[in-house]
Amino acid sequence: MYWGFVAAGYLAVIGVLSGYAWWLVNRGRALSRDVPEEKRRFLD
Amino acid sequence: MIESPNLTPSSPTPPNLSTASKATRIIGWAALAVTGLALLFGLVISGPEVNMRDSVRLLYVHVPSILTAYTCFGITLVGSVMYLRTQSQFWDLAAASAAEVGVVFLGLGLVTGALWGKPTWGTYWEWDPRLTSTAVMFIMYIGYLAIRRMEFSPEVRSRRAAVVGIISILNVIIVHYSVQWWRGLHQGQTFGLDPQIRDMQYFSWFLGTVAMALVASWLLIHRFRVSWLERQVEESQLVRALAERRREAGE
Repeated sequence: MYWGFVAAGYLAVIGVLSGYAWWLVNRGRALSRDVPEEKRRFLD
Repeated sequence: MIESPNLTPSSPTPPNLSTASKATRIIGWAALAVTGLALLFGLVISGPEVNMRDSVRLLYVHVPSILTAYTCFGITLVGSVMYLRTQSQFWDLAAASAAEVGVVFLGLGLVTGALWGKPTWGTYWEWDPRLTSTAVMFIMYIGYLAIRRMEFSPEVRSRRAAVVGIISILNVIIVHYSVQWWRGLHQGQTFGLDPQIRDMQYFSWFLGTVAMALVASWLLIHRFRVSWLERQVEESQLVRALAERRREAGE
């Protein structure tokens, strides 16, 4: 009984966080194409 | 012996489009490693609790999610105050990025809390002071993010968002103390200085908290960099549009 709720909770956390991370990486790459190199010098 | 011709194309190095850096790679790998450990301890090594049985495992993600959201909203507060004082784009974007990451973690906290509530309380949701104030907090920060997408000039938008970012912190305080101020279904602190659970269960919760903190740091840095790029694109579009208007007016 408990394991169904536990599995749903952990899957929700892993799914949402990895989906958000994936979206951020792709959005960053897409935007970087439109921004010149010298304006992307926030990277270390 | 016939030498084969060099067929490697002499193309220039492709531009680095990634928002990653050495620091974020280290944080990312550390986050993955600690998350793996947290899953191992939370789901395999630690045992069930006497009253909550296996549903206690949900607290190892529920409580860290909420704590991470609190921290993010604290960063939004600092960023908002600093923006109003300095008008610096850095603080404005830091506040906005932290609010978005905080909303993600708060949403996860609400979902995992509901999933914990069903086997423990017999219901997914109850209009209890802690749950209700948390839902209000979630809506307030959604409102903050909505303001950031409104069609004001960047300065007006940032100023209004900063004011909402400062006011919204009051709700974090209400949520945190709601279990002490009002009687409700939600229990007091399970973890903290006088924890209700100990040993391996407490360690599993600790690992979950460290994992969430590392994941949130990674997300926050990347969100900040993406926000920075969005601002650069927005400004260059504005410059292009103005130049086009001037050209049209000159013709």
